Amino acid sequence: MHSLESYLYVSAILFALGLYAVVTRRNGIAVLMGVELILNSANLNFLAFARFGGVNLAGHIFALFVIIMAAAEAAVALAIVINIYKNYQSINVDEISALRQ
Amino acid sequence: MADAAFWLMALLTVASAVVVVHHDKLLYSAIALLFTFFGVAGLYIFLWADFLAAVQVVIYVGGILVLVIFGIMLTNKITTVNISHTSMQRGAGGLLVAFVLGSLGLMITKTPWLVQHAAEPDQTVATIGRLLMMDYLLPFEVASLLLLGALIGAATLSRREE
Amino acid sequence: MTENIFIDYSLLILFLPLVSFLILVFTGKRLPRQGDWVGIGAILTTLALSISMFVSMLIEYEPGFSHEASFSWINLSAFQVDLGFLVDNITIIMLLVVSLISSMTHIFSTKYLEGDIRYSRYYAYLGLFTFSMNGIVLANNLISLYMFWELVGVSSYLLIQHWFEKDSAADAAKKAFLTNRVGDIGFFIGIMLIFSTVGAFTYSDIFAGVADGTIGGTILTFAGIGLFLGAMGKSSQFPLHIWLPDAMEGPTPVSALMHAATMVAAGVYMSVRIFPLFTPDALTVVAYVGGFTALFAASIAITQNDIKKVLAYSTVSQLGYMILAVGTGAYIAGFFHLVTHAMFKACLFYCSGSVIHAMHHALHKKHDHETDPQDMRNMGGFKDKMPVTYATMLIATLAISGVPLFSGFLSKDAVLAGTLSFVIHHPEHFFLAICGFGAALITAFYMFRLIFMTFHGSPTKKELIDDIHESPKAMTYPLILLATLSFFIFYTLPSVNPISDHGWFKDLVVPQDSFVQDSAILSAHEIEEGMHHAHYLAMALSLLVAGLGIGLSWMMYYRKILSADEWAKKTGPMYNLSLNKYYFDENYQKYLIQPVLKLADKVAYIDWDLYDKYFINGFGRVTDWISRITGRLDYEGIDQTLVDGVGRSAGKMGSGLKQIQTGKLQNYLLFVLAGVIVILVFQTI
Repeated sequence: MHSLESYLYVSAILFALGLYAVVTRRNGIAVLMGVELILNSANLNFLAFARFGGVNLAGHIFALFVIIMAAAEAAVALAIVINIYKNYQSINVDEISALRQ
Repeated sequence: MADAAFWLMALLTVASAVVVVHHDKLLYSAIALLFTFFGVAGLYIFLWADFLAAVQVVIYVGGILVLVIFGIMLTNKITTVNISHTSMQRGAGGLLVAFVLGSLGLMITKTPWLVQHAAEPDQTVATIGRLLMMDYLLPFEVASLLLLGALIGAATLSRREE
Repeated sequence: MTENIFIDYSLLILFLPLVSFLILVFTGKRLPRQGDWVGIGAILTTLALSISMFVSMLIEYEPGFSHEASFSWINLSAFQVDLGFLVDNITIIMLLVVSLISSMTHIFSTKYLEGDIRYSRYYAYLGLFTFSMNGIVLANNLISLYMFWELVGVSSYLLIQHWFEKDSAADAAKKAFLTNRVGDIGFFIGIMLIFSTVGAFTYSDIFAGVADGTIGGTILTFAGIGLFLGAMGKSSQFPLHIWLPDAMEGPTPVSALMHAATMVAAGVYMSVRIFPLFTPDALTVVAYVGGFTALFAASIAITQNDIKKVLAYSTVSQLGYMILAVGTGAYIAGFFHLVTHAMFKACLFYCSGSVIHAMHHALHKKHDHETDPQDMRNMGGFKDKMPVTYATMLIATLAISGVPLFSGFLSKDAVLAGTLSFVIHHPEHFFLAICGFGAALITAFYMFRLIFMTFHGSPTKKELIDDIHESPKAMTYPLILLATLSFFIFYTLPSVNPISDHGWFKDLVVPQDSFVQDSAILSAHEIEEGMHHAHYLAMALSLLVAGLGIGLSWMMYYRKILSADEWAKKTGPMYNLSLNKYYFDENYQKYLIQPVLKLADKVAYIDWDLYDKYFINGFGRVTDWISRITGRLDYEGIDQTLVDGVGRSAGKMGSGLKQIQTGKLQNYLLFVLAGVIVILVFQTI
């Protein structure tokens, strides 16, 4: 029987991978994918704790909201990415260094 | 049998996530992300969250992933499917992320988790529906507002300047 | 008209020309017509105001009218200086004269200086001159008088060197300026003598001081002579007369305005103003200077051939008359002569300007740049070509010669009557009478010589005569106006008797008693009496000498019965003396200027070659050496290592830290991550 820890390990790996993508990928969309991975790892944690915490469906509700939020985030973030592309002809995050000024 | 299926799913998830993170070609990353989502949906089933698994597939795969692929297509020429892109600060990032992963793993191993065993519920959809309409009505409505705002915002942002 | 309006009008009269000057000097070139209308508008407004003041003076007909307004300029407990205005009948008449002649000059110049390169600047300077001249007229104290006095000097300088490309014009301006300085030093000493004893600058305070004996005796005599030195410089009295003939290098309208009618009269005006403080000794000096100048300048004018030079020496001579009148106590007669002289002498200058203008055009047409357009020997027979100029010049000449029916007769007669009565009182000063009547004779002679040489006879340059034309209306109208004002009637009204010594002028301008405490001084009434007694004798004598002068001139230059050349030969040495202006410029050059220059050279040698080279430069070298060493210490020691070191280390830190701020989002994220890990580690430990 697989335990809580096994789910947590998978979730941790997903989180680390997502974080790695966010930190290293140049392309803005790839960064977004990293964010999705992180959100998925969080959801996985929620559900795992719900399952091993006495079948508490409140965790499901949270996961549901996270998914809703992720959808909204994806929509807005992609709109931003397209807008950046229109302005800079590029979506490489490291080239968009207006923060430097 | 169930164990083997679980590990298969976990392996699928992690492996495809590694591809997402590492592949040079952006579209391949997006396809790999599809498999990650499927793998996570499978893990949800093991966690007795069949409704959430369905939602995961419908929203992530049907919505977000489509959006991501649209984003890729819109920001590159349609013909160059092999959109390659590079990574940066791999060493430092990898080191730090490895450190994070290590400490997370250490924490997971070291923590004495309090586990409560319970029977598998017959169905979750009715319960979730009831919770949403009663206990979590306000967050539910706020979430709908958030979605509306995101809709308007995304439309405004990506609108062409007149 | 209330007294306040008099002050308001005076303020406007004073400052309008200044406004015009400021406008023209800054924006003149950019205005249409180079802005001459600004100057003309300002001066015509001034003229209108002066006329309205004059008319109300005539309506009020109050001899003692006087109004003062002053404000405190410097107010320390021990030292107070008030500046202000004094408006009385003399002021009003003088304001009218200044603004009238100035207006005529403005109008005359529109044609005379048409197309000049510094046209707008010329009008600006005219405004400056009018402002400062009116300032002199309105001043009620010596200090503002002195300031405007110097301003007049500056504007005179600027206008004489209007054509400064010519060396002679630049030199003449310099000469006028420096000669005036000599007189002004005396003026300043006089002011300071008075201030140190009386402690005031205003006329009324000074007169009060003189009356109560605060100042008197020798100091007052010296103070009076000091002030008179200023008048000598400005009014070009012997021996400071040398600048005025040279000042004719300026444009002719300027000569008419400043060097004939108004500015040179400032000295006379000042003497009239301060007359009550002259002691008998000072007055004797004044009378001799004036009388001698009158005769002396007239004797030079006989032989001059330059039309403007003749008029210039004539001006010097007439100014001598006015000074003579002041010196003999008949200072109101002097002022009267100033007014009438301003009219006919300005007219004469404009006429000469008109002639020169015509000559200039004729020569220009012939492309003749050799012939001097001012030399009377190149003229002759202009009578029919320039009838208006001829007629007006003849009227003015009759006036200056002292022929009855003209204004000059009245004023000259008054001056001569004053001189005669003085000589009758003090027979030892008979020389003054000789000067007065002798100058009258010579004046009549040389003025008619000018007329005959210029307008009568046959033309000496036959090829020019066809190109000689009458001047444009802007030039002839001022001539006609001023010639009209040379008739007696304007000065004797309401009396119409041409030989009377009564009229509004005599009624309104009454002499003031001298304040000097001296038994020898005559009261104004006594002087009046004496003049009245001498009136008919003086008139007869002056008519005689004028007739003699005119007749001699007629015989010599019109009928040519007497040959001028032969007479010149007969009087050889004297003729040469006169022709060369008594070698004044040469002697000044030889005995005054050269020695001064030599002394200056010596002093400069000591100063430059000895003192500067060894002492000052030595100091400099030592200082230089010390400063080099300290400079090196400072620069290499302190600056480079200490001061710059701090800066450099800050810069290094900055450029190092700058690396962190890449502007790349993911870099920041990385740092956040590192920070989180650090916190985690600390938490666990």
